[in-house]
Amino acid sequence: MSHRSRQLRVSSLARVEGEGALRVVVEDGRVQRAELDIYEPPRFFEAFLRGRGYTEPPDITARICGICPVAYQTSACNALEQICGVALDPPLTALRRLLYCGEWISSHSLHIHLLHLPDFLGYPDAIALAADHRELVEHGLAVKKAGNTLLELIGGRPIHPINVRVGGFYSVPGRAELAPVAEQLRRARDYAIETASRVAQFDFPKVELDHDLLAATAPDRYAIEDGTVSTSTGLDFPASEFGEHVVEEQVPHSTALHARLDGRRYLTGPLARYSLSSRRLSPLAREVAAAAGLGPECRNPFRSIVVRAVEVVYAIDEALRLIAGYEPPAHPAVSCPPRPGVGHGISEAPRGLLYHRYEIDGAGSIRAATIIPPTSQNQAAIEDDLRRVVSEHLDLDDAALTTLCERTIRNYDPCISCSAHFLELDVVRR
Amino acid sequence: MTTPTLAVWKFTSCDGCQLTLLDCEDELLTLAGRIRIAHFVEASSAVEPGPYDVSLVEGSVSTPDEQRRILEIRAQSRILVTIGACASHGGIQALRNFADMTEFASVVYASPQYISTLDTVTPIAAHVPVDYELRGCPIDRHQLLETLCALLAGREPDLPNTSVCSECKRRGNTCVMVADGIPCLGPVTQAGCGALCPSYHRGCYGCFGPMERPNIGALLPILRINGMDAVDIDRVFSTVAVAAPDFADRSRDEPSQ
Repeated sequence: MSHRSRQLRVSSLARVEGEGALRVVVEDGRVQRAELDIYEPPRFFEAFLRGRGYTEPPDITARICGICPVAYQTSACNALEQICGVALDPPLTALRRLLYCGEWISSHSLHIHLLHLPDFLGYPDAIALAADHRELVEHGLAVKKAGNTLLELIGGRPIHPINVRVGGFYSVPGRAELAPVAEQLRRARDYAIETASRVAQFDFPKVELDHDLLAATAPDRYAIEDGTVSTSTGLDFPASEFGEHVVEEQVPHSTALHARLDGRRYLTGPLARYSLSSRRLSPLAREVAAAAGLGPECRNPFRSIVVRAVEVVYAIDEALRLIAGYEPPAHPAVSCPPRPGVGHGISEAPRGLLYHRYEIDGAGSIRAATIIPPTSQNQAAIEDDLRRVVSEHLDLDDAALTTLCERTIRNYDPCISCSAHFLELDVVRR
Repeated sequence: MTTPTLAVWKFTSCDGCQLTLLDCEDELLTLAGRIRIAHFVEASSAVEPGPYDVSLVEGSVSTPDEQRRILEIRAQSRILVTIGACASHGGIQALRNFADMTEFASVVYASPQYISTLDTVTPIAAHVPVDYELRGCPIDRHQLLETLCALLAGREPDLPNTSVCSECKRRGNTCVMVADGIPCLGPVTQAGCGALCPSYHRGCYGCFGPMERPNIGALLPILRINGMDAVDIDRVFSTVAVAAPDFADRSRDEPSQ
């Protein structure tokens, strides 16, 4: 080791979901390595899904992540309904989107107010922040609660909702049950607009990422519950071609696999979604984005908090639109008898595109499952960003540099419990 | 009197149970005024050293490092409360206990040598004494608040040990199994969720794990009458509480045909 070498080690990253560590090695003024070390224990979901019933993935895969279970349930349902050759009635699709809006509101406000804001305002956590800025934290919690109320009403509970099934729901709410939530959402929308204008005023480091961006898109709406896959390089392909473009590989330092898009690192999540679909936001959300200083694209990871704040406004706005137009579906679910085949499902989890693939046999037993969560897709981009951040700030002392690295990671809202998973490479039936 | 301290710990899990604490939107700030959150890595970058008055432990033990860490945490905690199905029974990842791990690792993983993991997943109580146990996947927010309030007040938390059926009756639900023929694990599953699934016209799938002394043998024929075959029954008992002894050894109690 050179006498000018430095090692930074953060053994447990705070204010992220799951367990991860960071290791950066600098020698002679050059960053040799920057590794996001995910030590979240592996849980083998893709292995034990084999042999399970095709109706089970919504409940089983929800357990991958307590922060974004609806994303798992929805991507699973999309893939399995595709195998069954079933399309949901439009009112059921609308209800699924409404449930998903609840998760966006709740998960994004968790990240903005409880995990990320303390970075910008210089506090260790939201409790300490509340001692000086009580109203700010209270408003954030009120927005989060509005999202959770929606999840609870439609899904039964905010974490691991019980009311989602392949083909729709077990039961659906009546119009009158949604009315009080609308009232709560309207108040939350005002707070969310305030939050967007407040976070827009922070001082952001000037950074522009040149990664490819990847997100689900839809022609007539900001994609949430489904869509086709689009990239900033101009690709547009259906979920069924995801595996032809995105390949996961194992790296020694992490239990999460790294994904590459046609061999290149890329980014999924709020920056990608916004950059590819900002024109499809609601008029109000576009107005809030413009007032917050966002152009049609945003490639600065530090400004992801602004994009998330805009997406919260959008998700609330969209939830209110869906509630206003809500007609209870005639049946809570469409019938989905199994047939053999392969299905691919995507949806936009709060932190990025989540892909599921299932192969089932004629009896409805799962023969193979592949799940590619957003954080493992983003891991290469996060590490690249870390290398850049460290290179540009070698003058900082270790404590300050460590803080900056942690902030850099938090920009991506990594969900580490999601990303620790195993790739199904082959199918061997015993 | 000094403010009591709270620590939140994660083992192998999805983070959902510790998130339940942050989902107490109306109570979080009040609670933080009564109990000092001294260690909660998911929510704070400020970490205070132990000992702690109350430790909430999420997740199951699935790696050698976790085996060591739970002993340290127990030693630093006056009261240890496990939160959730992973901590109580091993969680969904305990499905590996019933599989061939060599096959799992070699078939699904390019370089299994990089991974350090145990062949079996175990609950927290298999390693250290547990003072209180909150069930569920995830835990119920009201039970969490009730438990923390009770511990602050120095009384025993009020945690039910009856079945989901008792909550269904209290809620005024029509029995989904009797009236609609929907198979339901409510009769053998521990209460605490407020009979959530039956309230949504769905059979309970046992995410709070077995109640005290469940009569599973009597339930199995009823599940069959309501259309479940042997595979369906295996699957429904093999989810988040798959490794709970009462669920895993269920056929032991079955009356002979």
